[in-house]
Amino acid sequence: MPKLKINNVEIEVAPGTNLLQAAEQMGIEIPRFCYHDKLSVPGNCRMCLVEVKPGPPKPQASCCLAAADGMEVLTDSELVHKARKGVMEFLLINHPLDCPICDQGGECDLQDQAVAYGYDRSRYFEAKRAVKDKELGPVVKTVMTRCIQCTRCVRFASEIAGVDDLGLLNRGEDVEIGTYIEKTMASEMSGNLVDVCPVGALTSAPYEFTARPWELRKVESVDVMDAVGCNIRVDVRGNEVMRILPRLNEAINETWLADKSRLAMDGLKRQRLDRPYVRRDGKLVEASWEDAFAFAADKLKGLQGAQMAALAGDLACAESVYALKKFMNGLGSNMLECRVDGAAIDVSAPASWRFNTTIAGLEQADAVVLVGCNPRTEAPLINARIRKVWYNKRVPVYVIGQKIDLNYPYTYLGAGVDALEKLSIKAERPAMILGTAALQRADASAVLAAVRAKAVVNEGWNGFNYLHTAAGRMGALMLGFTPPQGQFSWQGIKAVWLNNVDTDVVKSIPADAFVIYQGHHGDAGAARADVIFPAATYTEKNATYVNTEGRVQQTRQATSPVGQAKEDWKIIRAFSEVIGKPLSFNTLADLRAAMAKDVPAFGAVDAITPVAWSDFGKAGTLDAKPFGTAVANYYQTCVISRASVTMAQCTEAFVKPLAMAAE
Amino acid sequence: MLADKDRIFTNLYGWNSFTLADAKKRGDWDNTAAIIAKGRDWIIEEMKKSGLRGRGGAGFPTGMKWSFMPKPSDKPHYLVINADESEPGTCKDREILRHEPHKLLEGALIAAHAIGAHKAYIYIRGEFFDESSNVWKAIHEARAAGLLGKNAAGSGWDFDVELHRGGGAYICGEESALLESLEGKKGQPRNKPPFPAMAGLYSCPTTVNNVETIATVPTILRRGGEWFAGIGRDAKNTGTKLYCISGHVNAPCNVEEAMGIPMRELIEKHAGGVRGGWDNLLCVIPGGSSTPLLPREICDTVVMDFDSLRAVQSGLGTAGLIVMDKSTDVVYAIARLSYFYMHESCGQCTPCREGTAWMYKIMQRMVTGNATIEEIDMLLDISKQIEGQTICAHGDASAWPIQGLFRHFRPVVEQRIMDYRKQAKAA
Repeated sequence: MPKLKINNVEIEVAPGTNLLQAAEQMGIEIPRFCYHDKLSVPGNCRMCLVEVKPGPPKPQASCCLAAADGMEVLTDSELVHKARKGVMEFLLINHPLDCPICDQGGECDLQDQAVAYGYDRSRYFEAKRAVKDKELGPVVKTVMTRCIQCTRCVRFASEIAGVDDLGLLNRGEDVEIGTYIEKTMASEMSGNLVDVCPVGALTSAPYEFTARPWELRKVESVDVMDAVGCNIRVDVRGNEVMRILPRLNEAINETWLADKSRLAMDGLKRQRLDRPYVRRDGKLVEASWEDAFAFAADKLKGLQGAQMAALAGDLACAESVYALKKFMNGLGSNMLECRVDGAAIDVSAPASWRFNTTIAGLEQADAVVLVGCNPRTEAPLINARIRKVWYNKRVPVYVIGQKIDLNYPYTYLGAGVDALEKLSIKAERPAMILGTAALQRADASAVLAAVRAKAVVNEGWNGFNYLHTAAGRMGALMLGFTPPQGQFSWQGIKAVWLNNVDTDVVKSIPADAFVIYQGHHGDAGAARADVIFPAATYTEKNATYVNTEGRVQQTRQATSPVGQAKEDWKIIRAFSEVIGKPLSFNTLADLRAAMAKDVPAFGAVDAITPVAWSDFGKAGTLDAKPFGTAVANYYQTCVISRASVTMAQCTEAFVKPLAMAAE
Repeated sequence: MLADKDRIFTNLYGWNSFTLADAKKRGDWDNTAAIIAKGRDWIIEEMKKSGLRGRGGAGFPTGMKWSFMPKPSDKPHYLVINADESEPGTCKDREILRHEPHKLLEGALIAAHAIGAHKAYIYIRGEFFDESSNVWKAIHEARAAGLLGKNAAGSGWDFDVELHRGGGAYICGEESALLESLEGKKGQPRNKPPFPAMAGLYSCPTTVNNVETIATVPTILRRGGEWFAGIGRDAKNTGTKLYCISGHVNAPCNVEEAMGIPMRELIEKHAGGVRGGWDNLLCVIPGGSSTPLLPREICDTVVMDFDSLRAVQSGLGTAGLIVMDKSTDVVYAIARLSYFYMHESCGQCTPCREGTAWMYKIMQRMVTGNATIEEIDMLLDISKQIEGQTICAHGDASAWPIQGLFRHFRPVVEQRIMDYRKQAKAA
């Protein structure tokens, strides 16, 4: 443990800590542009210069100098100030003075640091440099004249996103960031370029000229676009979500966020169900809540419990699922189902449907095996973690299933289960990741058994992982939103309650069944509905979601629901009153307490409650049929992303060309 | 003046062939195995005794550099020979590559043994096409004769040399940028530490030496470190040195001379004197374009070695003298160098990327006088903001010529500015 002095205060830091981090531990912030915690250290912006003894009589870049015993570091001396002022002047001479029309204004590192280290006037009277803008696709807008060549974007692209598209072209004053051959940057992580760029060179295209950071209210929440549960910050102005940014969580998404999670938010404003509807004469007509409730209560009157069913969909929050379960049970119905994607999940063995290794735990893996799973489209942040493991330690990755385009090399073992049978990996801590596609088949139980047999599970390591694709699934499974015995069946069902269900399962509803749809977007579910209860999206309610690891997390209400829409659990609570079987809870706190009493895991927010390793799957004959794909188009997977213009543009730019190339 | 018997580069002018047969006649590859048999420690000790300082410009003691290499481990060690000679005014390595490649190869074998390397890379400047052909031929000859390869020259040490032609970027002569380029990346200097001795080529222990340094090694070890140390002014500036004299002299030339020869003697004896006589001398850039120029008063007395030139705020650098007589527009000359440094900046560090271009733009105006007196101080201030703030020494190299100009010729520039104003007013 090296001991050193920073500004005459002694500090002991872990070996390998650089001076910039050491100073940060003491609460001294050293200005920087090129340095980023999660990227390699080039030391080229020269803003973080400090004075170091012993050493040459010139300032040293603190980001790339490891702390050593006996060092004396000054971060605020005359020499340091002079050096930083010099660097700042150089950065500014060719930087346009267009802060008033720059989207980065107010949250710009250059702006902030210019306040501390900039001169109050310029000495530069020569011609300024102008750089041609680059076309990087519908996500990132470029104004390359603002670029300060810190190369964070280049390093992000090649190290984290795994696309070697960006580079620092040319030399000297002519250097510019570019793709050399003009092309867009095809990555589902490209939105992060906007975050890493310290200036306004790379800004968010959909957010262009819409808001200023000081106008925004920041609400910390959780993402629901996949089952990873990325931590996000929802920026709101008035009652409108202006943008979504990642929030640091080392256990899940680190500081990154995938494009759908970030930019599908324009879908929150489109295709919304903002008032109740009832179907009269085959047509959905607007109604008041009272009418809609009365209409539905009337249709349910006289039905037996066994004639009623309820489904919980991809975006259903745990509160609404719990309330719906209590409600249905109160009516005498047990026909509940949350596995609406058709995956044959074995409810009795919780360890078989969770990501046991945990996302951060992947970093301890010495091999990764993907079975019927494309993490790049199903869970980009888990894919980023796998890439990180590969990038840092060259851990081998094996794929069984479709040949997919991952952003790291892998060994392809085969398309179907035969490859699974032959699989033998010499590794102590392999992480097997089973995708949804692997269980969307008739022989799912045999597949489960086969994968379980290959998985390494011992004290300190559980290498069996199931990757969900929907945010609501894990919570609903934990709450037991499944038929008590056997399979779900439409036999004799006369009425069905859809809680945010918009998958293909809607097509299988019997034609004569009465359908209550509770949800927020006019999509497949609403089209089939006989009565629509408009509900709130994840940004409009305080709700619990459980990610694929089993981590219980809560979203926070950022805006109020549109129009007459209501929070999901309140709709069910209100309707239970109408129908004369009132639920026991009156507040969200009551509901959460009751839920935690029934399923204790829900009491431990932001934590994973472990489950016991058990037997699951039944060895049997495996079908030779190759594994399919769970997510065909990453950009459009749920009602929100399907309503998003940005996601449609991304589909147009990134998915369609690939599909055309494949044909 | 250096006695003929003390010359190392006896074929500097290519009066004989560079081939192996002729090189052997000149004493190259003469029982190299015996030198290697004396062992690593002896070689390094002898090099330290010789006082040889790196000939690439920085003048770091070679023996010490070699001693920094770690003990052999599972990682391979590499010797990298910097033949990317691009400093304006310098052409010494070119002559060695052309006419004495076997000295270089023999030196490479000995140096590689001393640092525990089985492989050496010669990174040669892209423009040196003929030179690379000669080196290539020499490598083939040496391999065929068993001087390279397994049990090289019968020494029991396996050693081979690869030749790599660069793309012609000045910055690739900086050792860490050279390593980047050699690895196939864009030639941008690396942060130090770690120094190449710890993590160099492919993150393995590496020593990077200049061509002249390596080519001097066999002769030093044959004649003894003390012989080499006996030449020169003092213990820190020893041996012989190749000087390149260009510019306004009657006979521009490369010459091997003793370290510490007076500049005037060097120019008058070997380069035929300054055009129009010594009194016609304006200034000399003593060590390649990056060293600050010296006006005539200093040139009268200064001697050519590392410490004497440093004492007059310049440097020996690569010992490429650029002589300018009184017909020279010295402001234009330095502005041209300023252009060179702007053009060759790799562009990664802020001060060098932005500063070199800014300085050039101001220098352009200084040439015509379209500037203000205050801008001279501003320009010097900018040069100080670059100097010492960058990853590599390119920033320093771009600042020094300008600092040198104003140190000695400030009145010239001020006069020009005032003349320009007068003219502008009249018009």
